[in-house]
Amino acid sequence: METLERIIAEHPFFSDLDQAFIALLVGCASNVRFRKGDYIFREGDPANTFYLIREGKVAVEIAAPQHEPIMVATLEQGEILGWSWLLAPYQWKHQARAMDNIRALALDGKCLRGKCEQNHDLGYEILKRFARIIEQRLESTRLQLLDVYAAR
Amino acid sequence: MATALQLDPMLSQVYVVSEVSKETPDTFTLTLSPDKGSNGSSFQPGQFSMLWVFGVGELPISISGDPAKHDRLVYTVRSVGQATNALVTRAAGDGVGVRGPFGKGWPVEKARGRDVIIVAGGIGLAPLRPVIYEVLNHRDDYGRLVVLYGARSPRDLLYRKELATWARQKETQVLITVDYGGMSWRGHVGVVTTLFKYARLKTSRSIAMVCGPEIMMRFVTRELESHGLSRQDIYLSMERNMKCAVGFCGHCQYGPHFICKDGPVFPYEELRPMLDKYEL
Repeated sequence: METLERIIAEHPFFSDLDQAFIALLVGCASNVRFRKGDYIFREGDPANTFYLIREGKVAVEIAAPQHEPIMVATLEQGEILGWSWLLAPYQWKHQARAMDNIRALALDGKCLRGKCEQNHDLGYEILKRFARIIEQRLESTRLQLLDVYAAR
Repeated sequence: MATALQLDPMLSQVYVVSEVSKETPDTFTLTLSPDKGSNGSSFQPGQFSMLWVFGVGELPISISGDPAKHDRLVYTVRSVGQATNALVTRAAGDGVGVRGPFGKGWPVEKARGRDVIIVAGGIGLAPLRPVIYEVLNHRDDYGRLVVLYGARSPRDLLYRKELATWARQKETQVLITVDYGGMSWRGHVGVVTTLFKYARLKTSRSIAMVCGPEIMMRFVTRELESHGLSRQDIYLSMERNMKCAVGFCGHCQYGPHFICKDGPVFPYEELRPMLDKYEL
């Protein structure tokens, strides 16, 4: 049987995380599903959750006035969606749309923030893992901004 | 097949445009056939030719066709200036001067028996397409074929039908990404390095061939190394302003190398000391 504990422990984002920390995370976790085309969150909404994608593809978009949304990244199985829950003012900066039917694990950011405040070792572990993701996405964004394929 | 061209590298041979097809809004593929009485032309994947548009100028262009087809030469050209624009606007039946093929190509012999990782960015897929043909033409001689291809947007993707065909071949994985996608795009969005996490790689038995903008190649080499590929098993195709194509004029000098003669394909191990030098 797939318990929340096992799903968290087997997700690449939490690989090698101490078992005691995983037990703490389970209290903030729940299984969620989104249908293809659903918006998982929209820019400006309160950001109190992040998602471990288990199945399906999600588009991260920036809304553009009088223009269709601009897709800036896609995320798939094994990846993390959302880090705005981690930093005040806890608001989404982008919007996320389900490109397929999505299965994910939702982690309650408020709950997790509380546990990280109480247990700084857990907080440091979580921050290190998110910092790696943020660094990778910053590097990708810089490369996108360079527009290296443009005619010169 | 030895040709008269190879005996006198400065002498152009007239080829005739037999087909021009539009790949993207600014990129076209030209198929050239030898004029009557001329020999065909063989080439190694990764080599290039000097194409002379009469009255306009001469350009170095990578050969992007199937190396098994000796009766034609195929080039994919992006129109970015006067000479390239003149080349892509040739009509069927027009003549084009061809010198070559020149340079050292991709290590297809060294790759035999191993998995082949192709990483291409933008028009960089064109010089790598002959390798893909070579692997698929001799499928049992190679291991898995993994093609990672990044482009600016969906409308900038080259060879869309072929990409879909290649993806259906046995032991072949084709992953495509674009930097920016619209609502109708169903594929990946992100730079080409983000594809590595979806690729099924056995890096200990792989050889990687990379072609694209130099910045992209620097990031790709880091990614390949982080996945365990050795520098000796990573090959890059370099681009500089080639004129004579035989190492006389020095226009394409890159550190101690002439790109036209010593390259355009180099082992990463050889290039690494120079890639981070902005003066070069």
